[in-house]
Amino acid sequence: MTFVKCRNAVNELSNYLDGELDEELKMTIQAHLGKCHHCHAVFDTTRKTIDLYCDGKLFPLPEDVRARLHEALRRRAQRV
Amino acid sequence: MSDSQAATLAGDESVLVSEAKAGNYAAFEELVNRYEKKIYRLGMNITGSPEDAEDVLQDTFLKAFEHLPEFREDSRFYTWIVRIAVNEALMKLRKRRSSKEVPFEETEDQDGEVLVRDYADWKPNPEQSLAREELEQILRNAIQSLPPGFRTVFYLRDVEGLSTEETAQLLNLSIGAVKARLFRGRLRLREELSKVLKRG
Repeated sequence: MTFVKCRNAVNELSNYLDGELDEELKMTIQAHLGKCHHCHAVFDTTRKTIDLYCDGKLFPLPEDVRARLHEALRRRAQRV
Repeated sequence: MSDSQAATLAGDESVLVSEAKAGNYAAFEELVNRYEKKIYRLGMNITGSPEDAEDVLQDTFLKAFEHLPEFREDSRFYTWIVRIAVNEALMKLRKRRSSKEVPFEETEDQDGEVLVRDYADWKPNPEQSLAREELEQILRNAIQSLPPGFRTVFYLRDVEGLSTEETAQLLNLSIGAVKARLFRGRLRLREELSKVLKRG
């Protein structure tokens, strides 16, 4: 098993989360995360960060903005 | 077209597109209804401004309406309008060059080493420990604190679910640049959220 330093592990964070590492490097990172609480926290909370944004219903479409959109489209359609 | 006919059409996007191309406005409106929320969210995430996001929303669907006859249907309708919307949103950012905001092309610390300053773990289940509105405000503030080049890539890859290649093509960036911005964007967002969500 190859060992990595924290800095090298963090550099692979995105590739690890995206499942883009080859099997050997993935195992190496996993072994590091099993021993290093700091890196484990960074990896885990980065994954949570992504999950929060995917799950979130941020920036809902305001009803008045929607109404103005449909009005603008109707006006444009009538010109055709 | 009656409501029931519209409902039938709603099941099949390609039928809606064909109908809209043939001049059926109700079919086009159904396409707008499907995607207006996502396009507004895209505009807000990239521009960070409600006024600009409304312009992005209107201009995207007005352009889609005008250029629908040119849509060759070799991709999904949604992919086509996302491309229009991203271009509209980037134009908004470029027009803001004189403002204090970092321009899209000049994203900071692009090649510098990424340093993690905060290794703290978070409190468990922030979704449950904070009021929904409070958490949403925290998420909004954090993403808007990112340079536009970072938040655009983060949004397209992690929220919209576009591939690295699709994102690179849309933004006219190399694959390496997309990966670098995504990596830095994710870490910076995490650090912003850690300020509020870490264990006390």
